[in-house]
Formats: sequence, structure tokens, C-alpha cells
Amino acid sequence: MGVATYIKTEKDAITKVVLQSGIEIKPVYTPADLEQTGFSYEQDLGDPGEFPFTRSIHPLGYRSRNWTTRQYTGFGTPEQTNERFKLMISHGQTGLNVAFDLPTQMGYDSDDPMAEGEVGRVGMAVDSLQDFEIAFKDIPLDRIGTGLTINAVACVMLAMYQAVAEKFGFRKTEISATPQNDILKEMVGRGAWIYPVEPAVRLIGDTIEYAMKELPRCNPVSVCGYHIRESGCTPAQEISYAFEIAFAYIENVVARGYRAEEFVGGFSFNLNVYGNLWETVAKFRAARKLWAKLLRERYDVKDKKALFLRGIFGGGGSGLTKQQPENNIMRGAYYALAAALSGAQTTALCSMDEAYTIPTERAALLSLRTFQILMDEIGLRDTVDPLAGSYFIETLTKQMEEKILEEMDKVEKMGGMVKAVSSGSVQAEVARQAYEWEKKLQQGVVTKVGVNKYTEGVDMEVELHRHNEEWAQRQIERLHELRKNRDAKAVKEALRAVEKATREKTNVMPPLVEACKSYATIGEMANVFREVFGEYVEPGLF
Amino acid sequence: MAERKIRVLLAKPGLDGHDRGAKVVAHALRDAGMEVIYTGLHQTIQSIVNQAIQEDVDVIGLSIMSGAHIPISRKLMQLVKAEGLDDKLVVVGGVVPSQDVAAMKELGVGGIFPGGSTFDEITEFIKRSVEEKRSSWE
Repeated sequence: MGVATYIKTEKDAITKVVLQSGIEIKPVYTPADLEQTGFSYEQDLGDPGEFPFTRSIHPLGYRSRNWTTRQYTGFGTPEQTNERFKLMISHGQTGLNVAFDLPTQMGYDSDDPMAEGEVGRVGMAVDSLQDFEIAFKDIPLDRIGTGLTINAVACVMLAMYQAVAEKFGFRKTEISATPQNDILKEMVGRGAWIYPVEPAVRLIGDTIEYAMKELPRCNPVSVCGYHIRESGCTPAQEISYAFEIAFAYIENVVARGYRAEEFVGGFSFNLNVYGNLWETVAKFRAARKLWAKLLRERYDVKDKKALFLRGIFGGGGSGLTKQQPENNIMRGAYYALAAALSGAQTTALCSMDEAYTIPTERAALLSLRTFQILMDEIGLRDTVDPLAGSYFIETLTKQMEEKILEEMDKVEKMGGMVKAVSSGSVQAEVARQAYEWEKKLQQGVVTKVGVNKYTEGVDMEVELHRHNEEWAQRQIERLHELRKNRDAKAVKEALRAVEKATREKTNVMPPLVEACKSYATIGEMANVFREVFGEYVEPGLF
Repeated sequence: MAERKIRVLLAKPGLDGHDRGAKVVAHALRDAGMEVIYTGLHQTIQSIVNQAIQEDVDVIGLSIMSGAHIPISRKLMQLVKAEGLDDKLVVVGGVVPSQDVAAMKELGVGGIFPGGSTFDEITEFIKRSVEEKRSSWE
């Protein structure tokens, strides 16, 4: 769960500290350590805003621009989600991050037998454009950027976002959406996959190509080391796997005849913040530097902005515990501190009750207040990259960089991420790490407060979000109304155009936008792909 | 006579794709000497029950994180009874708030192991329960 392994004497003196990524921490660091690692300010850091961006992608860090706060939000019906969006914005949240329910994420309509019991449960139910019209009502889509946490059918959701924005009178060139759209990590970690690996990656390539031409302010992919870390990998592996996944998507688009420079600036990352504070900070600094260096070396990217590792650094879900749930408020604050010390452009936090279920309004607001306290009270906006120059942090950043490269090398020896995922070897490695970690936790080799140390024996009661089955009923009724009232012929033609593009391997995005506008449902659009591509079969290793 | 190894079908019903818990428990049960069959993700209740019959398992373990543990368990227990599999032990792990435990037991779920349960608790419970079931058949 993200703390280091400690060896202690009988008198509780620490004799050895090993971080999860496998780096041993020394008790004292001096200038000699920097010398030994060959540290150079120009090559390893550079000024903030300058290559290799270790310190920050912005010259003035948070002084020029506060971070964007984007709590993961959505439940029940689009009406309820719209209300929660507005509430969070009224309390100072500056971006949206939409949670969809599982049927939506898996490309099923709310009345599909596979959706039973799940409609509106872990996120908002969306069946058609009609639902987006309700969910985004009165949201200034030209000013508020929106994360769309969906992967297997991210292309459909991005098309729907464009459709709703245009319907509301915004231009497609002024909207900013970040669909998560990272299917390889779903296959490693989060499990919301539908189609086989190669066609699934092709759909992502289509969205990148389309965004490059039509949606200049959108970030078509948010590569998620986050969920792989949640599934058990080490912080170094988190970055390695994320980069290897990003390269797989880059390759897909480069194979279409584009240069990486033309589109890679639209990539963003979703990375995790729980664990050892120092390891987390070093991880992000090393990641920013490596991403810029690797894009330059491997793809000859020159444009400075295209070299930025931008992203949402947040969450920390696996660090939270069901035991003594109020402790999660403090954990969240420290994770947010780690994100701020790491120069996160965008952040979000799992809330205190998320070891149980999706957050209550109160818990979500506490997370938002955590960010506001850090930035407005404690002084995290004062100066950029405040830990720079520390003998310890700079040494650790160099060591993390090496670890990340080591782990990348292992994946590259397997033939890259598409192959490593197809064979199941990355999944097996992540599951093995998760098991080893859980054993250490249960043996008390690693400490988790309230879990294996300082336990209280009784569960604390917390107020929890309650799901209401009536919401599902309302959603299904609306879907039935829609099917009756829409222009059936237009829907059929639009779906046929999607199928044609799918089979002929032209870009699916333009016909998807039209299909959304005709009120075709998520299930109908996803089924076109199901018929053409079939479904992914897990390698089944554990 | 050598006792037959305990056979466990670990299943991920429904659409939830979080399988860290399922895989970790699969490792632990295997290390405790059991035979573990993991269904993989997105299983229907019917396919879980079919696999339980085909694999002739002693235990059906469900891992559920989505909050839908009550409707899913209800459906499974109905089918388990309809198929005459009452001799199987059904256990559920995942995100199960303590206020739902009584309702789950009432449905016939034998053991409930929310996040934070230890490997020992799970393996001991399965060993003890399967032993009891086996001896009642003798």
C-alpha cells in the first residue's frame, strides 16, 4: 500500500529503508552523493519551464497558474450529476472529471440485461446525447475543461462531447475534453475493456488523429499509470508502463504517416500520489525529465510544448483504508502535498469514504478544501519546485530515472506493451507485486496505521453515499421514450456510416459525431464495434 | 486416503473490472494448498454457475467492488439452489459495508470478507467450512 520497508533494531532505531521501487535510502545525504551520481544542474534540472522540465513545465510554477482541481464526479442520473457538477464549481472547483457507470463504460444501454444492478451506481448513466444535454446544462464548456473517465468507448464519448457542445452553441475548436481513452491500462489494471487489443488501440489512434485536426484544445488520451499502480505495481513500474503504453499509441498514429510532433502535445498522463512522500516527488520529477528526453531522442520532437509531461497527479485510492476511515482525510492531505511538491498541473483526491463506496457530497468537498488549504494557506504556490537542490531529492530523482529505464527495458524486451499485454505477462507481474505487498502488510513488514498498527478493533461508522434503484428505473424509462421518439431512419443510416468506417479502417470519429447527433445509443454504437472486432479474451494468468 | 484438495472457483461477476483483490486472494489460496480456478472478468451468474459445475468445485468465491453485492449475491444464490448446488460454499469478498453483512448472510452467503480481511481468516474459514460440509456427507 505504498510505504517503504523498514528494518529496525529492538530499540526501534531504523537501520534500513527500502522504497517500493527497490531503492535503498541512506540516513544522510551530502554533496558527495550528487557528485557520485554525476548530477549537473543544466543537464538534470534546467530552469523551470526549460528542457528537460524536471523542475516544472511552467517557468513560474503555481505563481503564474494555480493547479486545476478536478474531483471525479458522477452518480445516478444525469440530473443528479449536473447538480453535483454545479455544486463543486460553486465551491471553487475549476475542472470536471466525469464518472460514468459501468454499463456506460462497457458499452451497454441501461436496459441491457448486462446492466442490471449497475445503472447509475459507480457513476452517471449515459445512454444518448439526451443525457449529456442534461448533465452539461449551464456548464460553460468553453471555460471548464472536462475529463471523461471512459476507455473502451472513449471515441463515442468524445464524439458525444463535441455533439453536446455544438448543440449548446460552442465551437468544437474552443472545447477542452480529456477522455481517459487508455485501453491498454484497462487490460492491465482496471478491467473496463471490450474489444481485442489491436482494434482497441486503433480506435485510440482514430481519436488522436481526429483531435489533432478538429479539436485543438482537447487532449485525446490520458495515459494512466494510475490504475496499474492501484493494481499493485511499484512507482517506478507505474511510470515505465505508462510510457510504454504511450509509445504504443504514438506508434499507431505515426504508422498513419504523421510525425509525433504533430500530435503528442495532446497526450496527458494520469498518475498516482500515494506512498512514500520522497519516492513520489522523485517519481514525478524523473518522469517529467524522461518523457521530454525520450520524445526528443526517439521521435525527434522539437516543439517545447509537445515535450511537456502534463497530467493529473492525484487519487491515491489504494492508500486509503476501510479501517479508521477518518485517517483518510489526513492521508489525502499528505498525498495532495506530494502532488503539489511534484508540480502537478491538475489534481484530484479520493475522498475519505472511498474505501467503501463513491463519495458523499461532504467528503468530496473535504477533498476540494484540502487543495485550497494547501494552495491558499500553507504556501505551496510561493516558489516553483521547492525541493530542488536537496542532496537527497536530487539523488533519488536520478535513481528513480534509472529504475524507470530498467523497467521500460524489460517491457521492450518483450516486444513492447501491445505484446506484453496480449501475452498477459505484465498483468502477471502486477498481480505478483500486489500479492507480495499484501503478504508484507499482513506480516507487519510494512506498516499501515489502523490496519496492522495502532488498530482500534471496532469499525468507525461513516456516513455513506446510498444508491437508489429508482434512479435506474427513471433512466430506463427515459431511454424507452427516446427510442420511440427519435428519427429511426436517421439513426440507422448514421450507424451504417459508423460500421462502414470501422470496416474500411477510415477514421470513425466523424460518423460517430453524426450518430450521437441522431441520438443513437451507446449500446448501439458500441455494438457496431463488437460485431466488427469481436471481444477481448483475457490471457487468464494470475 | 489422501484428502482431495479443496477446489475454489474465484469469479468476478458483472461489469466491475477491479481484480487486484481477486488475484491476490487467488495467490493466497493456492499457497494454502487449494486448487484455484479464476474466471476472469465480466462473468454472468449463469456462466459462473456453469463453471462451478464443470470444475466440480467446493467453493464459489465472488469478488465484488462495485457496490452491487446484494443483487449479485441474490441472483447467484437463487441459481445455486435451482441447480441443486447447495453443498457448495459461497463466499464473497470486496467492498461490503458492515451494515450489509446481515442481509448477505440471509441470502445464504457463507462467508463475507470485506477489504482488510486477512489471508488467514479467509483460508481458515474455507478449510473449516469445507471440512464440515464434507463430513456431513460421509
